[in-house]
Amino acid sequence: MSNPLISARGLTKKFGDFTAVNGIDFDVFKGESFGFLGPNGAGKSTAMRIIGATSQRTSGTISILGKDPEVHGPQIRAHLGVVPQQDSLDMHLSVAENLYIYGRYFGLPRAFVKGKVDELLAFAQLEEKRDAKVETLSGGMKRRLTIARALVSEPEILMLDEPTTGLDPQARHILWDRLFRLKEQGVTLLITTHFMDEAEQLCDRLIVMDKGSIMAEGNPASLIKDYSTKEVLEVRFGSDRNQGMADQLRTMCDRIEELPDRVLMYTEDGEALLEKIYAANMHPKTSLVRRSSLEDVFLRLTGRTLIE
Amino acid sequence: MAVAIADARAGKRGERVYSGRVPQLLERGFIAFKSSTYMIVISGFIEPVLYLLSFGYGIGKLLPTIAVGGESIKYAAFIAPALLATSAMNGAIYDSTMNVYFKLNHDRIYHGMLATSMGPLDVALGEIGWALIRGFSYACAFMAVIAPLGLVESVWGLLAIPAAVLIAFGFAACGMAVTSYMKSFQQLEIVTVVLLPMFLFSGAFYPISVFPEWLQFTVNLLPLTHAVNLVRGLCLGNLEWALLGHAFYFVVMIVIGLFFTTKRLNALFMT
Repeated sequence: MSNPLISARGLTKKFGDFTAVNGIDFDVFKGESFGFLGPNGAGKSTAMRIIGATSQRTSGTISILGKDPEVHGPQIRAHLGVVPQQDSLDMHLSVAENLYIYGRYFGLPRAFVKGKVDELLAFAQLEEKRDAKVETLSGGMKRRLTIARALVSEPEILMLDEPTTGLDPQARHILWDRLFRLKEQGVTLLITTHFMDEAEQLCDRLIVMDKGSIMAEGNPASLIKDYSTKEVLEVRFGSDRNQGMADQLRTMCDRIEELPDRVLMYTEDGEALLEKIYAANMHPKTSLVRRSSLEDVFLRLTGRTLIE
Repeated sequence: MAVAIADARAGKRGERVYSGRVPQLLERGFIAFKSSTYMIVISGFIEPVLYLLSFGYGIGKLLPTIAVGGESIKYAAFIAPALLATSAMNGAIYDSTMNVYFKLNHDRIYHGMLATSMGPLDVALGEIGWALIRGFSYACAFMAVIAPLGLVESVWGLLAIPAAVLIAFGFAACGMAVTSYMKSFQQLEIVTVVLLPMFLFSGAFYPISVFPEWLQFTVNLLPLTHAVNLVRGLCLGNLEWALLGHAFYFVVMIVIGLFFTTKRLNALFMT
């Protein structure tokens, strides 16, 4: 493969005694969509801020387009479009003015930015809101505006920190659709998320992070293949009985995970397993057969769920 | 294109904290100003005029003249320069404390700005620059009121306008530095607690020679005293070396204020 756009080795960030990022290695290549999957506090946002040249590492090395963000902060940030976790839109300005002035912050000429504003309003489906104040927008619209704003400088790398947290399902799907389009245009995407469906939908390759360290790396399908079975059977016997059943269930499949409200059973054939359970005269209150997901990978690696 | 623009600055002094984007930040100020409430702007202009009318002509009736440096001048001409200096201070402080606090902590506007190829010194200078434009406008407007009334005794009084900008710069730089360390909105009250007594005791309404010596000494340490003396000296045409000393006081304030503002913005957003 060609040289990576971003390359980190032993990247570490400490805040006092607390180690937020603990010696991680990763490479991101041009045109790929790279994800950081992990629960809150896993160190994803910290890693993103170091890449975004707005936070300085404690140790290790990182190079972005061959440059060190600590030395060449402004030059590196000129390559990046940043969508932060919390909106940082300019509440005193209108939608179009937000896009315009952000382009100006990069030093871009007025005429260029004005052309970009029209293009981006169309991309973000906000043409009708052109002159509206930012505070009148819905959460989904604000996110789309933030993404459009990050694109005003035509960045090679777009960094999205928890892009759909707090959005309703419909707004998420609109946003995902916009991100797919960017991916098709060859923009390199860096995404942090604690939603496994988002990671599966958007990421070509991802690292699973927990407590500052990388637990696994690969594409979503291979991670699922390596760390989980094809299917999962979820059974509920009622919270007081789940545990009592666990020992018996364990003997019937590859692996089980006991969660407070249900038992997950890992198997290649969920329906067949369920029949076996009924045949053994056990009667779960509810049952569900589904395909394995990244959530199961995370559970296998850490013993915990992504969203707690 | 953004990359070429940023690369062109590579190797320049202070490239990590400054990218030469002050004009763009001022542009933001103008765009936001166009749709803001004009009341705050108008009140900044009206305030010194009201003080001038009430004190200048009220107390001026009882006390027609006042002795300054062996000369006797109209009471209104005594306080007018002080009010000019004070309005420069107030405008600068409003922009660099209240406005900055909300952008910093509430709207997260600086977070957005610093994700671009700008640096913290751009943000500091841009915000302070906007405060200066405001200070300059207030000074011009107030001058346009007091000069026709015959309250500016000397043609040197024209220099009171750049002096007001210098004063505004000093207060804005220090105001922004202090605000960047504030953790809650209530702490902003400290600003009012400091400014009001400073305004009342800094020799705006009467010479500080009426105070006992220890108080004179204290008052002479305050920035507004130097601001009042600088603007008054220029408006009365009393040119003396001390005026340079007063101006220098503000140069020091600017340097200290910018240093701490940049340091703090770096610590908040870049570490």
